[in-house]
Amino acid sequence: MSAPLSRVRRTADAPAKRVRRIAAPFIVFAAVVTLWWLFSTYGLEQHKRFLLPPPGQVVAVGLLDPRNRGEIIDGLLATAQVALVGLVLSIVIGTVLALVMSQAVWVEQSIYPWAVVLQTIPVLALVPLIGFWFGYGFGSRVLVCVLIALFPIITSTLFGLQSAERDHRDLFRLRRAGRWHTVTKLLLPGALPAMTTGWRTSAGMSVTGAIVGDFFFRQGQAGIGRLLDGYTQRLMPEQLFAGVFITSAFGLLVFWGFGLITRLLIGSWHESARTSQ
Amino acid sequence: MPVIDTQREERIAPTSAAHASADHSAQPGRPPHVQPFEEPTAEGIRFRKAAKTYRGGTEALSSTSFAVAPGEFVSLVGPSGCGKSTLLRLASGLDTVSSGSVEVNGEVGYIFQDASLLPWRTVQRNVELLAELEGIDRATRRALAADAIALTGLAGFEQHRPLALSGGMRMRVSIARALTLRPGVFLFDEPFGALDEISRERLNDELLAIFARERFAGLFVTHSIAEAVYLSTRVLVMSARPGRIVAELEVPFDHDRSPALRFDAAFSRVASEVSEALRAHS
Ligand SMILES: Nc1ncnc2c1ncn2[C@@H]1O[C@H](COP(=O)(O)OP(=O)(O)OP(=O)(O)O)[C@@H](O)[C@H]1O
Ligand SMILES: [Mg+2]
Repeated sequence: MSAPLSRVRRTADAPAKRVRRIAAPFIVFAAVVTLWWLFSTYGLEQHKRFLLPPPGQVVAVGLLDPRNRGEIIDGLLATAQVALVGLVLSIVIGTVLALVMSQAVWVEQSIYPWAVVLQTIPVLALVPLIGFWFGYGFGSRVLVCVLIALFPIITSTLFGLQSAERDHRDLFRLRRAGRWHTVTKLLLPGALPAMTTGWRTSAGMSVTGAIVGDFFFRQGQAGIGRLLDGYTQRLMPEQLFAGVFITSAFGLLVFWGFGLITRLLIGSWHESARTSQ
Repeated sequence: MPVIDTQREERIAPTSAAHASADHSAQPGRPPHVQPFEEPTAEGIRFRKAAKTYRGGTEALSSTSFAVAPGEFVSLVGPSGCGKSTLLRLASGLDTVSSGSVEVNGEVGYIFQDASLLPWRTVQRNVELLAELEGIDRATRRALAADAIALTGLAGFEQHRPLALSGGMRMRVSIARALTLRPGVFLFDEPFGALDEISRERLNDELLAIFARERFAGLFVTHSIAEAVYLSTRVLVMSARPGRIVAELEVPFDHDRSPALRFDAAFSRVASEVSEALRAHS
């Protein structure tokens, strides 16, 4: 009844809002770059300029030089690949674990403490061990990602599965719905909002895991972590800054991608997806 | 308006079960049509000295006996927290009695206090849900849902999601969903309590029309005395917790009622009797 009305209103003032939403961050960006340029050109003495090279130089050396740019993008792609595989594995394993835990209290009680332990041991301390046991290749790097990214998936999915309303559960119980129907038609769809939040958190953590793995495992293809470290060691500030920027841009892309996935999955019915952009 | 009359016989046989009973119950494995009672079981709802004490020790319902036959619409009024929802949960089989017995024959429809729709499903898919859970095939499901949607005045709203509906429309979807299985026993837990007066009265009339067509055994919990009298053939009044039935009032009108009835002197008389019984026991 109210839907057509609100939809009309939304499209009516959407263009103005959209312009503001897209323009605002760019204005902030322009201001920051201007300040940066002023400071690096007039605020720093010539011999200290490596601390903060002017923006033009970063663009020219780090981004426009195809050799440097190629190196950075290759490194980033290698890291992204590790992070993505780690994330997908975390989502699969975490969701299965949460589903199993949601089916019986005793299962939850026997698994959950170990999930917490996994979260509390410093993975940084484990990383050398992982390399020692499993080698320094792709698999070990992915394992680091999973160790870091698994916990949020488990907790958010479990929370989502357990937050089904009592009336809904009763409705299914009244119809003597089986486990399969209850999970697929009630619990999982209802858990999606919480699950997508978990995915987003874990995506960031998986990238962190991939970079950490890259720092520690100094064999195999160099990822972005090792590249940035190399630029620092060899005092190549332009490449270092360019690398940081490209990595941030990638982060933005991932964030945006997850926003899109969230909207596709729950946008048509969940309040959160309607109000947040 | 199309009558929901398709496939009544083709559907899975309606469950006929004596829910939980403390002294005698259908044994597991016994075919449901063999009743362990001496007297033949009537259709509808029958409470025999049913009582419920929750695990924490809360006595929600003390010994209660009453029956609702098919074609009867019985309202239940009582002070807040007196055990009305508990009584419905016992009737539906969601909860079991502590003593006494509850017997319910026929498919049970249950309307919860809020519409309890699945927000990710459209109106159409919400209405189809119960048939889906029964494993009824898609085409039959569609037909059942279409009839229920027409009967509840939801035509044109099939593709809306609950979020985009008013409270009254959501309740209609909830009723349509229950109607798809053609319940012989229909339980309502304050379905219109959250609605404004105008929507409530309109839904009262729609419910009367549905009842006239379906002739189920209706048990309707409400806080509104006017609603109870307007809808019912009989009104049961419950005492404060632990609830028991303290008065039973016949409503002396036939079931062809119209809004003007609310201003009838006879209507006021029944309403004030209910009100008095309520006041005397809360
Ligand atoms: N699962 C439960 N466990 C323990 N106590 C319960 C449970 N459900 C209800 N009660 C208690 O039983 C009593 C009756 O509750 P019930 O919900 O049946 O009342 P009601 O008449 O439906 O109330 P209302 O008018 O508020 O809907 C209340 O005191 C309530 O706190
Ligand atoms: Mg109640």
